[in-house]
This record gives sequence, C-alpha cells and structure tokens, in this order.
Amino acid sequence: MTALPPPSKVKLGLVIDLDTCVGCHACAVSCKEWNAGGIAGPLTDSDPYGKDPSGVWFNRVHSYELEATAGCGSGADAQPAQPAQTLHFPRSCLHCEQPACVTVCPTGASYKRAEDGIVLVDEDKCIGCKLCSWACPYGAREYSAVEGVMKKCTLCVDRIYNQHLDEAERQPACVQACPTRARHFGDLGDPESDISKLVAARGGVDLMPQLGYRPVNQYLPPRPRRAGDGEAVVEEDASSPVSPMRWLHRILKR
Amino acid sequence: MREPKLNTSPSPGDEVKTTTCYMCACRCGIKVWLSDGRIRYIQGNPAHPVNQGVLCAKGSAGIMQHYSPARLDKPLLRVGERGSGEFREIEWDEALQLATSWLAPIRERNPDELAFFTGRDQSQALTGWWAQQFGTINYAAHGGFCSVNMAAGGLYTLGGSFWEFGEPDWEHTRYLMLWGVAEDHDSNPIKLGLGKLKARGAKIVAVNPVRTGYGAIADEWIGIRPGTDGLFAFALIHELLRSDRIDLDYLVRYANAHWLVVRNPGGADDGLFARDADGNPLCFDRNAGAAVDANTIDVAPAVVGEATLADGRRAVPVFQLLAERYLDPRYSPDAVSERCGIPADTIRRIARELAQAAFDSNLVLPIAWTDSWGREHKEMIGRPVAMHAMRGISAHSNGFHTCRALHVLQLLLGAIDAPGSFRYQPPYPKPIPLPNRPGKARKPDGSLDAGPLGYVHGPEDLLVDADGKPRRIDHAFSWAYPLAAHGMMHTVLRNAWAGDPTKIDTLLMFMANMSWNSAMNTRETLHWLTDRDANGDYRIPRIIYSDAYASEMVAYADLVLPDTTYLERFDAISLLDRPISDADGVADAIRHPVLEAAAQAPGRDVRGFQSVLLELGARLGLPGMVHADGSPAYRDYADYIVRHERAPGLGLLAGWRGADGGQHGKGAPNPAQLDAYIANNGYWRQEIPEHARYYKMANRGYLEWARGFGFVASTAPIVLQLYSEPLQKFRLAAQGHGAVQPPPQHRQRVATYFDPLPIWHEPFEHDQTSRDAYPLNAVTQRPMFMYHAWGSQNAWLRQIATRNFLYLHPDTGARHGVADEDWIEVASHHGRITVQAKFAANVQPDTVWSWNAIGKRKRAWRLAQDAPESQQGFLLNHLISDVTPKGDYANADPVTGQAAWFDLRVSIRKASDAQAGPSAPQLPGLAFAEADERPLRYGARFRNAQHRSQAKPESPRRKKRP
Amino acid sequence: MHPALSVIFFTTLSGAGYGLLFWSALAALGGDTPARALLVATALALVLASAGLLASFSHLGKPLRAWRAFSQWRTSWLSREGVAAVLTYVPALAFAAALLPAMIGSRAQGGPVALDAAGTLAAAALMACALATVACTAMIYASLKPIPAWRHRLVLPGYLGFALLCGGLLLAAIATPAGTMPTRGMALGGIGLAALLGALKLHYWRAIDATPLPATRGDAIGLPRRTVTVFERPHTQSNYLTREMAFVVARTHAQRLRWLALLLFAVAPIACLFALGRSHAFAPGAWLWIAALAALAGAFVERWLFFAQARHLVTLYY
Ligand SMILES: Nc1nc2c(c(=O)[nH]1)N[C@H]1C(S)=C(S)[C@@H](COP(=O)(O)OP(=O)(O)OC[C@H]3O[C@@H](n4cnc5c(=O)[nH]c(N)nc54)[C@H](O)[C@@H]3O)O[C@H]1N2
Ligand SMILES: Nc1nc2c(c(=O)[nH]1)N[C@H]1C(S)=C(S)[C@@H](COP(=O)(O)OP(=O)(O)OC[C@H]3O[C@@H](n4cnc5c(=O)[nH]c(N)nc54)[C@H](O)[C@@H]3O)O[C@H]1N2
Ligand code: SF4
Ligand code: SF4
Ligand code: SF4
Ligand code: SF4
Ligand code: SF4
Ligand SMILES: [Mo]
Repeated sequence: MTALPPPSKVKLGLVIDLDTCVGCHACAVSCKEWNAGGIAGPLTDSDPYGKDPSGVWFNRVHSYELEATAGCGSGADAQPAQPAQTLHFPRSCLHCEQPACVTVCPTGASYKRAEDGIVLVDEDKCIGCKLCSWACPYGAREYSAVEGVMKKCTLCVDRIYNQHLDEAERQPACVQACPTRARHFGDLGDPESDISKLVAARGGVDLMPQLGYRPVNQYLPPRPRRAGDGEAVVEEDASSPVSPMRWLHRILKR
Repeated sequence: MREPKLNTSPSPGDEVKTTTCYMCACRCGIKVWLSDGRIRYIQGNPAHPVNQGVLCAKGSAGIMQHYSPARLDKPLLRVGERGSGEFREIEWDEALQLATSWLAPIRERNPDELAFFTGRDQSQALTGWWAQQFGTINYAAHGGFCSVNMAAGGLYTLGGSFWEFGEPDWEHTRYLMLWGVAEDHDSNPIKLGLGKLKARGAKIVAVNPVRTGYGAIADEWIGIRPGTDGLFAFALIHELLRSDRIDLDYLVRYANAHWLVVRNPGGADDGLFARDADGNPLCFDRNAGAAVDANTIDVAPAVVGEATLADGRRAVPVFQLLAERYLDPRYSPDAVSERCGIPADTIRRIARELAQAAFDSNLVLPIAWTDSWGREHKEMIGRPVAMHAMRGISAHSNGFHTCRALHVLQLLLGAIDAPGSFRYQPPYPKPIPLPNRPGKARKPDGSLDAGPLGYVHGPEDLLVDADGKPRRIDHAFSWAYPLAAHGMMHTVLRNAWAGDPTKIDTLLMFMANMSWNSAMNTRETLHWLTDRDANGDYRIPRIIYSDAYASEMVAYADLVLPDTTYLERFDAISLLDRPISDADGVADAIRHPVLEAAAQAPGRDVRGFQSVLLELGARLGLPGMVHADGSPAYRDYADYIVRHERAPGLGLLAGWRGADGGQHGKGAPNPAQLDAYIANNGYWRQEIPEHARYYKMANRGYLEWARGFGFVASTAPIVLQLYSEPLQKFRLAAQGHGAVQPPPQHRQRVATYFDPLPIWHEPFEHDQTSRDAYPLNAVTQRPMFMYHAWGSQNAWLRQIATRNFLYLHPDTGARHGVADEDWIEVASHHGRITVQAKFAANVQPDTVWSWNAIGKRKRAWRLAQDAPESQQGFLLNHLISDVTPKGDYANADPVTGQAAWFDLRVSIRKASDAQAGPSAPQLPGLAFAEADERPLRYGARFRNAQHRSQAKPESPRRKKRP
Repeated sequence: MHPALSVIFFTTLSGAGYGLLFWSALAALGGDTPARALLVATALALVLASAGLLASFSHLGKPLRAWRAFSQWRTSWLSREGVAAVLTYVPALAFAAALLPAMIGSRAQGGPVALDAAGTLAAAALMACALATVACTAMIYASLKPIPAWRHRLVLPGYLGFALLCGGLLLAAIATPAGTMPTRGMALGGIGLAALLGALKLHYWRAIDATPLPATRGDAIGLPRRTVTVFERPHTQSNYLTREMAFVVARTHAQRLRWLALLLFAVAPIACLFALGRSHAFAPGAWLWIAALAALAGAFVERWLFFAQARHLVTLYY
C-alpha cells in the first residue's frame, strides 16, 4: 500500500488558526479521549501515575516565544514591525500529499486513502520498525512500545463518516472540542469549501514547504499585532492642570 | 494491495446521557457516551448554553478522573497520627453515628463550636442553609481566598460583578481589556467569546505581568507590575477626565455622579449623602436652583459646584469629588508610569483608544425599550468597550479598591450593561448593597436568624462582640475585615488552633485541599492541624472531611466521608448560589448520576456529600430537616432539590415548577422536575426579552421580568455607586462617630481603607518588606488544562505538566546570577523553597511566576513515591504567609479579607549543587498506596469491540488500598 | 537520532558480512584463495549477516510479522533491503555449493578454486546482491529528508566502504593462515581503502558540522520570518519523539568518539597492514585479525555517531 494512490480530488484536512489558539490543550486531550477507544486505540500510557508518564498523543500543543521584528519590505510585501509574542502551536498529522512516511513503510501498513487523502496506519500489518516516524518531518507519528505498533492521527476517520453521530458532529474530536474554535475541518481539495476560502482569505501556509511533502493541513498565521496602529496623534497640552469646574456649566438632563 | 476495510461507523456507545461537567467550576453541558457501562467518550453538548458544544482539556479528561486510582471508596476512620494518612475503612452507619455523636453535643452546647467550611463545591444553597439551621455563624465557602474582592468590589459598586456574574458583550464589543485573567470560571464561554472577537477583528488588550494564554492572542500586551493596576486605572481615568471624554449623561442617569455629599469635616454626617426627609438622596437641579430628589427625572443636575442645603449644610456632587481626586497630577500617566512599568505614552494611547471605541464607534442597536421612569427609547446606544478582570486584580491587598477603580473607569465610559460593554448576568444586577446581612443571633429553635454570610451595610452589621472583637472563627465581618462577604477560609486553621476568638470543637470541611494548595503558609498549616495541647489532645479536636479522592487534606481528617465522582450524583447549580446564566438569559442546571457508584468497583460505597449532610441534619434533628415526628424530611439530596422551598414557591431550581411543571421561576414543587431537567440536557434557561437585555439596572422591562423571578424585590432603578456610602459609614465610625466604633487598634486602618472613592495603596507586603531584600514579585497562574490540585491524579492531564518550573525573564536571571534551568533558592519574608528556574521572556522582568497547584505532597493522590509532582514540582504557597510581614493582620485586603496571594515578594539566588533537586521542602510521604504502575490501555476494549484487531486484551487494573 | 544498539549491530555486522561475501566471491573468481578459506569466510559472512538481521528484529515492535516487510520493495528501501538480504542467501548458498567440489578429497586447505559456469554466475550474483543489500541499507537512511545528515551524498559510499573494508580485512585474516603472507597488492589495497574511508568520514563530518538544518524553527511553525524560541513543550516529560529523535551527544564527547572511530577503522588497520612483514611482534594473520576487529569496532563507533549526531527536523519543534 506504500505506493501512493493517484491524487484524490477530496483532500480532507484541518486548518488551525494560530491567531486564535490560546494553547488550552483541549484539542490534544479530546483527541486522546476519542481515539483511545477508536480505530487507532488504545493510546497507551506507560507509567501513568509514576515518575515518567509517557503516552501516545496524536496532537500536542507547543508554546513558543517570537522575538520582536522590525518592519521590513515595502508595498504589498511589507511586514509591519511586530512586538515579541507568545504563540501556541498545536501539531498533528498534516495528511501530506507526498507523505514519505507512507512510501518508506516496508509492510504496507502505512497508506494514504485514495478516496479522501487521509493517511493511516493499518496496525494489523505494522511491524513497528519506526521508519515512518523517521520519515515524517512534522513529528506526527507516535510509536507505542507497549503495543509494538505505530500510531497516528486518523483525522478521526471513525467520526467524520460515522452514521451514529449527528450530522453536525461528524467532525474530528479536536475540532469539535476547540473552545476558541481555532480549528476547522473540511475539504481542502475543493477551492469553494468554507475552509479553502478561509485559507485563501487569511493566507494559510504550509509548514516547511521546501521539503516537498505538500501538507494538506494549513496553518493561519497570527494577524499583525496592533498597539496603536501607528496612528499619528496630536497631543493636546497635558501639562496645564484641568479643574473640575470646567463642567460647571455643562447642561445635563436626567 | 488493497486498502484495508475500515469500520468508519463504529458505535460510539450504547447509551448517551447528558449532564453537567464538573472538572472545573464552569459547568459546561456534556454528553457522556457509555458502552457496556463504561465511559466511552465525553463530549461537549452542542445544545448547552454554556459551552455550545466545545469542551476544554479538563472536561475531555473526565474519563481519567472518574476512573482515577485515587478515588475513595469507603468511609475512613483515622487510625494513625493525624497527617500520616493511615485509616481503617468503616461502614456508613458507623461513620454517620460517629459524626452525629460529635455534632449533637456541640449543637446543644454552642453551635458556633462547629466550623463548617467548604471549598470548590457549588452547593452553597444547601451548605449555607444547613449551617444556618445548625446555628453556627462559623460557615463560609472558598470565596474569601478566591475572589471576594471582585464580588464585593462589584456588588458594592454595580450590584453585579466580574467573576462569573457578568460578561463582556461578546457579540458587539470592539475593545476588550482583560485585567489579570488567566483562565477564570467562565472557561469555555470566555474562549468562545475571544474566538468571536478575533473573528470580528475587535481589539483585545491584556493587562498582565505574564503573556501567556489569552495574553498570547491579545493584540496588545501590557506587562504591568503586579499590584499597580489601580494606579494604571486612575491614570486612564485622569486622561479621560482631562480630555473630557466621559459619558456624563450616563453618569447622572444611571450612577450617583450628581448625588450631593455633605461637606462637614469632623461632623458625624461628613461624607454621607445629603438626603431629604424620606431618605432620598439629593442632587442640585440647575433649573430649580435647589436640591431635589436625585432620582427624579427631567431635572438638570449639577455635577460640580458646592450647593447649600435647606438646613444650611454644604454639599458637593459625587462627580466633583471624583474629578478632584483623579485629576490630581499624582495620577497622571507620567506620575504612575514608573511604578506600573507602563510607558506614559501607552497609557495616554490606551485612554484615547478606550474613548474612541466607546464614543466614536456609533454602535446603536435598533431595539426599543422603556427605562425605569417610563420613558421610551427607540434604540439602545452602545459603548462597545468591555472589561473583564479577575484574580490578578483581586488577589492583592489593594484588590477591592482596584476592582472599584475598574468599575469607575467603566462607568465614566458609560460602559456598564450598554451594548458592547460589560453585561450583567441574571440574577444580577441586585440592589446596592445587597439586602441580606449576615446572621447574628439564634432563634429559639437554635437556627441562625439569617444565613451566616451576607452584606454589611454599616458598622452595626458587623459580627463583633461588645469590645469590638471578632465573633467568627475566621474574623470575617470584624473591624479587621468588615466587608468579608464570603468569609475567610484562609484564616480558619490558624485561628482554630489558637482558639481565637474561642475554641472550636469540630471542623467540618468539604472539597477543599486546605492542607496543601489552598492554604497560605502550608507548612505551618500542617502544624496547626496536628498540634496538641498540654493534655496531648489535638488543639483542633475533630476534623470531618468530605473528599472524593485521596488528596493531601484527606490525610488530616479524623473521619473521611467519601463523596461520589461528578458522574455519580445529583447536584443543583442553583440561582440561589452560582447559576449558569448568561447576559441574555437566566439558567440553572443539575448533575445527575450517569453511572451507578456501587457498580464502579467492588466494595465501592460512597455517597453524595449533600445527601450525607441532609442525613446528618436529620439525625441531629435540625429544623427543616426533620418532620414533626423526628423522621427525616428528605430522602436524599435529589428529594431536597425538588421539594425544599426557601420561600413559598422558591426552590433550588427555577425550571418546571408547579404541580404540572408549567411554571418557571416561582411555583410549587414539581415531583417530576428532575426528569424535566434530564430531558432538557440537564439545564433550564429562559431568555430575557429582547428589550430587557441592556441597561438592566434601569430598564423597566428587565426589572419587571427580574421581579417575576424574585431577583429583585422592586422595580426601582439600581443606581450605580461611584461613591460608596457604606464605606464612608465605616470611616466615620473610625473617626469616632456612631454607636458602633472600632477598638483603638483598628481605627487608623479603617479610616484609611474605607475611602468612599477608590484609592490605591501599596500592597502590604511590598511596603512591609525591604525592596532590596525581596526585589521580585511572585505570582501564580491557572494552567488551562488543570484544575487546582485535583488534575494531577488524572493520567492524561498530568502528562501535560508533571512538574512546574519558576519562570523568569532572562534579564532577571542575568541580574541574579541564575542561568536557564538552574536550581534556585527562592525566599520570601516568610519562607524558603528550592525549585528549578526556567527562562522565558514573556514576563515583566520584576516578576517571576509558576503554574498553580502542580506541586504535590509525596504519595498524595496515590502518585508514585518518585512522581515529578513531588520531586521537582513545588508550591509557591510555602512562601506565602497567612499574615502580613508585620504580623498584625491576615495577609489580606483590609476591606474584604480577600487573601492577598499575589502580594508575594521574593528574592532568588542560585542554589548550591547539593540543592540541585529535588525541590525543597520535601515533606514526608503520606501512607496512601501507590497506584498501579502498569501501562494504561484505556479504550482497548472499545476498539476491539468495534474494529478488527490483534491488539492485546485490556489488562485488569490492580487496585491497592490504604 | 537515538542510537539504538540493535540497529547499530545490524548495520555494522551485516555490513561486514556482505562485504565479506563480496570479497569471497571476488576471490573465488580470482582463483588464488583456497576453497576452505572461502568456505569459512562465506560461513562467517552468513553468520554475521544473519546475526545482524536478527539484531534488527529486536528493533521491531512486532518481530513475528517481519515477513510483511518484503512486500513493499517498489517504494521502500527497507523493504528492498529485506528482499535483497534474503535474496543474497540464494547466490551465497549456491556459491558455497560451488566451492564444495574443490574441498572434496583435497587436503585440509582445500584446493584452489576453479568455478564452473554456474559457480561463476553464483559468485557474480553474490557480489551484486551483497553490494545491493548494503546499498539498500544505506539508502534507507539516505532517503530520509527529515534527517539532513543522512541525506548526504557520502552516506552511500560510506556504508559500502565500511562493508568492503571490514569484509576485506576479515577475508584477508581468514585467508592468511599461520606463516603465509597476503599479497602486497592486497595490503596496499587495504591501506588505500582504509585511508579513503578515513578521508571520506572526515569530509562527511566536516560537512555535516558546517551545514545547518535546512529549515528553521520559524519554518517549522510556518512563520519563516520570525525568530522563535521554545517557551513550553507540550509535555514536561519525555515522549517517543524526544526519546527517538531528540538525542543529543555533547560536542566534545562526539569529537573524542570521532577520533576513536578514525583510530580504529582507519589508523589501526593501516598501521597493521604496514606492520605486516615489517614487525614480527605478531604473525601476519594476527596482524590482520587485529586490523579486522579494529575496523569492526571502528565501524561500530562510527555507526553510533552516525545516529547520535544526526539531527531530525522534528527537533525544531522541541
Ligand atoms: N499559590 C496560590 N494558591 C492558591 C491560589 C493561587 O492562585 N495561588 N488560588 C486559590 C484559589 S482562588 C482557590 S479557589 C483555591 C482552590 O483550592 P481548593 O479549593 O483546595 O481546590 P483543590 O485543590 O482542587 O481541592 C479541592 C478538593 O476537592 C476534592 N474534590 C474534587 N472533586 C470532588 C468531589 O466531587 N467531591 C468532593 N467531596 N471533593 C472533591 C479534591 O480531591 C480536592 O481535595 O486555591 C487557592 N490557592
Ligand atoms: N483551568 C482552570 N480553570 C480555573 C481554575 C483552575 O484551577 N484551572 N480555577 C478556578 C478558580 S477557583 C478561580 S478563582 C479562577 C481564577 O481565574 P483567574 O483570575 O484567571 O486565575 P489566575 O490564574 O489566578 O490568574 C491571575 C492572572 O493575573 C495575573 N496577575 C497577577 N498579578 C497581577 C496584577 O497585579 N495585575 C494584573 N493585571 N495581573 C496580575 C497572573 O499573571 C494571572 O495571569 O479560575 C477558575 N478556573
Ligand atoms: S505529517 Fe508526517 S505522518 Fe502525517 S502525512 Fe505528513 S509525513 Fe506522514
Ligand atoms: S512502523 Fe509500521 S507503519 Fe511505520 S514504517 Fe514500520 S511497518 Fe510501516
Ligand atoms: S483529527 Fe482526530 S485524530 Fe487527528 S488530531 Fe484531531 S482529534 Fe486527533
Ligand atoms: S483546543 Fe483550540 S485553542 Fe485550545 S490548544 Fe487546541 S487549537 Fe488551541
Ligand atoms: S470548562 Fe472544562 S472542566 Fe470546566 S466545566 Fe467546562 S468542560 Fe468541564
Ligand atoms: Mo478560586
């Protein structure tokens, strides 16, 4: 299965809005919760109450500091000066269009679905060689030593088509949970889909495009910070004291 | 090769039940999917008004909380020394008999010898009533150490407050200022709201010494120095006044800006409102040229200028006093900039932006409404500036006044309950001050004449004896902390140990980890809990505690009453306590058992504490809890929720009342009420009519609607109090006026801090310690993924933060010779801890901080002996004294008694190599058994049932007991 | 990358084994080496290759399913390696069989080998398969874009070089019984190969030291223009990724290990080969064994460093 199917028309994926993500880990835990009993479960935790607890997570939320930047460029390409920022960054499988994690797999356990592009592991075939995890630059593959197999984000394939769930709830657990609604799910292969339009409107980006994996998932960069919008201000004279009596003749009506 | 066949439609469970989450106090609606009697999945309930389908990290980890190995299963009787954690399991009957045998003599002798304090529960509608029926004045919940500054500051100013009693107008605001908020109780609603603001491009400003979470997504971060927000607010007020960008019309219509204040220095009436013979406040009507009832309409009130009253006294309008004070150059941006750590230009710009957003946005909602005076308005004028503030403001000893300062700032902008501004959530606004005063005396049946907590209106309402000494064990409502509306749980243990004012016999506690993270001065607290008198008896003779898990506090109880988990019991989230209303509707909710406790583990025999309390009450024969023949009046809590009436027609739940369930708000008990709630996703909500949703304090439509529910007694407008007369009454008492006056040692303090207009003073610890010896501020923040102490037993949540670090700015590290990840010694005037430092530049350089309550006592929560929570984790609480550095008062706000957690000042230095881990102090481990160390394969059985697989069967969990 | 002993054993041992098979087949084609030595060498080679393969099994989470790894040879270098490794047994056994006639009835040394057409074919196929297997092993690493140090063009020659050096020295040692001397050409060839490999590794090390990762942390999070530092990791304790990919070895420690490796796989064999016939401290065979074992040990250290010093792009996130 390791050979990639012809590119699918439907490219299901996530869009994550870094401008809105507050780093609350809800997506990470709800993912863990659904998937623990889902198609890729269990997401085994070793040493759960001990010294070095370590479990399988399909989604992990990082926090970074961005240094301040001076503005640069001009015209359409201009970048405004930006203050230092704290950025939260959830990381999960990007369901790449050129996923080397699939092509390196010796067993065919890793595969990309022809129908919607979801990248999955067939745990019944996986020998736990870990090569796919080496081949993924995004750290999206999670090996469970206890289970002896590779695991990864399933894009909640057992939710998004699940006839037992209300139509509105057929979306990934992380998307449904996200309290700021910074996560969006949909068909990125369809330029008319809501999330494709969102990506277009907000200038969504690929992570490390130079590697050629062509991630389906898109990240929306934080909007420029606005501390005053650089407006020029005519300062009135702040030095002369103002007396409360200035309101003596103010006509007010109750 | 073909793709494997997948089952993309597995059953998510054979049953789904809706209830209310309790992984924190936010009370979101959840859907619990069950499969074969086990929890398959918990999701947010899209049909629920609080969370609208979203779910936070804690809520998502509910499975691991319910199946926590630290869960208690049986009543426990202490066998070892207090604090060792050694217990013997007993049956409920023995436990209840024992408790009754301890409590009955107390009630006979002196009910005040029972101190009943509860923590993070949401059952105050029951527990407060129970305490009242028992007859003890010594009752409170956790609000005193939590955020009573927010509550009192708001209730005495607006008749509503931040905290969870109000919210920004998420739909319309264009400018949101978050003051000292990391997470707060409205966890998911705030996040939903921030998402909306972001989508709309509204500006968000975070005022916070640390830039994380909400601060990270804010458009602007103002890294203020802790404890100086009041000054910053005053500078903003100064700027708004100076540039005359204020809403004077709003101020005279809805606030007391025009009320006349008597100017009679030294007189008993100085600073009180000038009133007419009927007690109505007066204003000066420029049309009439005379003082008239300030509440009348169609007058032209003066807001400055001295008036002479009919009796010859002189008086000035509130606004003049306000303007005089804040126009003073000492509150100019340039004057406060250095202390606050905010450039003066930034302050001026923020003031300008606030005014622009409020006044130049021209937000008008085309909704006709009628004001309290019967005038009809075609539209609602918006002031789309909203503020929200929480413990960054309230957990300081100047927090009450700072909170008032923020409300004054909002009022000047006309931004209280206007479209786009801060909005009340019903049952707020309420009259100012709230009418219910704390109970003081006992009735013939032994019960208290009113609930033990309430709102004092003046010195006569204090709970002090003839000498002016405190009556309550926590000293709430005494001269030291007169407006302690939520009690002062943080002073109970010291005072109980010291017998100050008198000895208590039994301490009954519920859901509060008072021997660890909710204690200030944790180490000495453990001493007070275990200290013995000359006879060898414990100085706190008896401790009964209800917890659901093997927490640090459990180890210090003599008798442990095991509670259920939140999925196994009934709870009422009542309008009489802390409901789930939002600004557009009133709502309450329940929890109901979605799992049967006894079926969860062999031998598990736990009971909901509320039911236990009612049974105890019945055994004690407390009024209201027994029938005339002495038999229990209520079967259990569920029965009480349905049948109990606080006043005729008024019960714990407002929905589906009346015999047929057709009445809402008030109505006779409905035997099928709980079923109606269960069928409606666990909640009841009634929308406020559209014309009644803003200007609630003076909106006739709203006030009539609210009166229908009993939220307000009359439809009189609620006048917002820029100037607070109750405070002035205390000040006058301190100046020697009136029948009830403070003893000499408190006079200066009361006179200073009971200023009727907001003041700013240095946090006590800042002034009472050397700024050279302790140059840094130290604060904590809530992690969004953890709820206080109780998240660490959760196998999933603890993986996110198994330990904490002390974060500091790299420049601060350099200044103090500390490198990234060094172990450092952190000292305060009170204590010393050794912890690991970590650099991060997202903090104001004079401030260090850590995540709250990650550090755990060794072996508590059944974590392994070497769990990082105890080995590397730490509590800042060891550094936080429960008294001021001078030792004269509790480390608390002088008005409300709010615990001043964030006044903490520290020094840091690199620790010696020998000290480089584990963190210090390391207290002896508790005698709780460690949890099973085998890998946790939760969910394997669900997966196997639904998907073809060769996965191993789920291993049975080994369970150890204490 | 975490230097897993199983993988290091696998690549070094099986590499030496395939090298040995290559040289054995070549020697058989050359016809000078006695059959017995070649048989012993072939047997040892198969033991080494098989031991390596077994070691690699212990790296698998589900070793019992290892057979599945043969299926994806169209895309996966790991699968190709497996296929090649197993395929190699065929010519190897055929080759061994072809050696047998020379053994039968002859003296202890076995006669010189004269392969028939089938034997020649087997030997040629064995050489090809052995080198192909090693090349596949190298390509497993060299094809991984997220690990730039492994994408380097010297990785493939390096793997082949180690296989040939270790295999060659082993064959020389086996084929040099007490009292005899290897040919001057062989010694010179060994010296040349060791020197070349030393130079290659030095060049490789310098190259990976000088080449930064092709992406920044800013690229990793989609903000290429920002300078980014880590504030908090997703989890305070380690996880699979940090254990597997974020292995760090101290610079000075690595430097010392590099010199040690160089000493063992290049300097020591060269010295031994120089010593041959000049020093009588040891017999020539012993010198060759020392050289071979040193080279193997050197290969082991080198392979440890190959992993330990390879940075995976995912570390950008941590
Ligand atoms: N340094 C520092 N200290 C602080 C603060 C701070 O900001 N900084 N914040 C303070 C504030 S605002 C607060 S509110 C306190 C909070 O502190 P606490 O109120 O002590 O909160 P928890 O530690 O969560 O403890 C609550 C207890 O309730 C138990 N519990 C959980 N679920 C149930 C249940 O269903 N039934 C029963 N019966 N028990 C249950 C838990 O096991 C735990 O023992 O901490 C205070 N302490
Ligand atoms: N996830 C989660 N949610 C919770 C809780 C929890 O434990 N976990 N606890 C609940 C409880 S009991 C409470 S009381 C609420 C509290 O909710 P918050 O008030 O949001 O709680 P804290 O984390 O104490 O936040 C205090 C914030 O104020 C900042 N701060 C400190 N000093 C100052 C100051 O002087 N000025 C300003 N402007 N900021 C300052 C701190 O950096 C921090 O960001 O949260 C509730 N919600
Ligand atoms: S993110 Fe990684 S695991 Fe996911 S498809 Fe891309 S390469 Fe594969
Ligand atoms: S670990 Fe499993 S899925 Fe990954 S490459 Fe190996 S066999 Fe394929
Ligand atoms: S799509 Fe599903 S599996 Fe993937 S990160 Fe989200 S919740 Fe997890
Ligand atoms: S749930 Fe949403 S806001 Fe929270 S960390 Fe995930 S993406 Fe960010
Ligand atoms: S905020 Fe989270 S933990 Fe709190 S009630 Fe809501 S879902 Fe539960
Ligand atoms: Mo709190």
